[in-house]
Amino acid sequence: MNLLVPLPVVLPLLASGVLLVARRHVLLQRLLSLAVLGAVTVDAAVLLVAADRGGPLAVQTAGWAAPLSVTLVADRLSALLLLVSSLVVLIVLLYAIGQGVSGTSEAEPTVFHPIYLTLAAGVGLAFLSGDLFNLFVGFEVMLASSYVLLTLSPTRERVRAGMTYTVTSITSSILFLTAIGLCYAAAGTVNLAHLAARMDGLPAGIREALGALLLVVFGVKAAVVPLHFWLPDSYPVALSKITAVFAALLTKVAVYGLIRTQTLLFPREDVSALLLVLAMATLLVGILGALAQEDINRALSFTLVAHIGYMLFGLALFSLAGLAGAILYLVHHILVQAALFLASGLLQRHRGTTSLRSLGGLADDAPRVALLFFAPAMSISGIPPLAGFVAKLGLLQAGLAAGSILAYAAAATAVATSLLTLVVMARIWVTAFWGAPPQADRQAGEQAGGQAGRGPAARVGSTRAVRFGFSLMDGTAMALLIVGLAVAALAGPLSAVSARAADGLLDRTPYRQAVLQEVRS
Amino acid sequence: MTLSNVTLAVVVGGVYAVGAYLLLQRSLMRIVFGFVLLGHGANLLLLVAGGPAGRSPLLGEAAPAEMADPLPQAMALTAVVITFGVTTFLLALSYRSWLIHRRDEVQDDVEDRRIARREEHPGEEEVR
Repeated sequence: MNLLVPLPVVLPLLASGVLLVARRHVLLQRLLSLAVLGAVTVDAAVLLVAADRGGPLAVQTAGWAAPLSVTLVADRLSALLLLVSSLVVLIVLLYAIGQGVSGTSEAEPTVFHPIYLTLAAGVGLAFLSGDLFNLFVGFEVMLASSYVLLTLSPTRERVRAGMTYTVTSITSSILFLTAIGLCYAAAGTVNLAHLAARMDGLPAGIREALGALLLVVFGVKAAVVPLHFWLPDSYPVALSKITAVFAALLTKVAVYGLIRTQTLLFPREDVSALLLVLAMATLLVGILGALAQEDINRALSFTLVAHIGYMLFGLALFSLAGLAGAILYLVHHILVQAALFLASGLLQRHRGTTSLRSLGGLADDAPRVALLFFAPAMSISGIPPLAGFVAKLGLLQAGLAAGSILAYAAAATAVATSLLTLVVMARIWVTAFWGAPPQADRQAGEQAGGQAGRGPAARVGSTRAVRFGFSLMDGTAMALLIVGLAVAALAGPLSAVSARAADGLLDRTPYRQAVLQEVRS
Repeated sequence: MTLSNVTLAVVVGGVYAVGAYLLLQRSLMRIVFGFVLLGHGANLLLLVAGGPAGRSPLLGEAAPAEMADPLPQAMALTAVVITFGVTTFLLALSYRSWLIHRRDEVQDDVEDRRIARREEHPGEEEVR
């Protein structure tokens, strides 16, 4: 069983090496990536079941004993998030392959598959890592791949955005490294379980400082509000499938890091006022930013920032219900955000743009895209009976149960943000899907010779391969939608798992025992 | 704390300060140098975190009590490799930026420019 724990990291890395060598074999690239990511998804599901039944699984690699070795831990939280994220990575890979088969403008460049696999490996390592330094390495593997993915087929826009994105990320990485050095200087270990035991013995001031430093580090990476400026500028310029993966995973991995370090290293009994204020600021600033956007991808990116606030809100409560809500929200949000960006990618395929000024009438022209956008949009706005409603309800109940004035205020902000999200989504829906297609678009279509309003999709001939590619893209977006809907249908078992995962975060002994027992034996 | 540690701590602080200053400049080259310096500072910090210097940590060469702590050295080594890789990528990206823009500078924020234009020419925004 323990052999299964390192697989989500090892398999994609090995395959990535193979694919870098075999860059010219398109079929091999697609098949191997699919096989590896499929295997990782199955592995994550097995890990989740095992961790849920038998407690955290810990593996000490390279034959060293616990505090010294590279520790990999799969507890309920990391296995659950690993499962959801590898599912999204797999589905977006299928979408990318569909795009490649159809040969539309955004075809796969040759390095796409190897880099995509290292991104998956980095995400896996970050989720499974049992020590702070390895968490850093996981983040770096993931982010370094993301720098390359963001600037694939570099246009003027992408280079500009890539520069901002890269410099912001590496600055926070340097801060992360600094935090690791200071933790080691203060406690003499970087193993999370070991560190948790030793943190209690440190002076309160040092603990607070380390906690604040790690909060800033993960705050930048998760786009928590005073540190969010880089996200809406960089994400929308990438290829749509890459934006979907970024939006679904990168910030969520940072939220996971925040939850893991804050609960394991800096546990507290009461509500954290600082985190609550940050959560409220994130919710409000993010959603107000989204309201002001004229481009669908930018609006979605701002919504992404806003909804990080929900997870912060759950974490800030430091209660079982709050953490369970945050975990359920993480799961829901990974799926729904990816689905929204894929729908926006499909929309771009039909019209060649995502600007609200030049969109309209899509509900008639492309009813399938309309459906694929509508369902996740309603879910993220928290309309019952979709998954977003279940997740938000859990968070709100936890907030009201906390009983402090600040928590009430945060709950009120969360409700307001939910309504404003609905406004943002309705605005996109009304302009892009209802309403007449703008004149400019029609004229351009007529000039291109009888392809009125159809954009790049119609211009490529409709050979069998193209049709297959398109239906694969539609199909994967549909699959993601179904998985997203399944979250609502499975809300009972899922919130039970989230609650057990949250319990594992608050009661830190099983985690510590799983990691450190190998020292004794 | 030994004297060498204080010296190193001051050096780490100085390197961080210079690195942060360079990172805030507009020229892309200076930003890259700033990142390189910050990386060096972080690696030095890891070494300082390992405690006082000692003999090389090889079994049979010295008694375990005299050895330097090998763990921060291993971490610094990993961090060096990571910063090295990211620096190359940054250099490639700034070269590409220079090829496209012919200017070694951070570009203005798109949104900022739009808002600034709205301030200068109120009412023209809709026409654009």
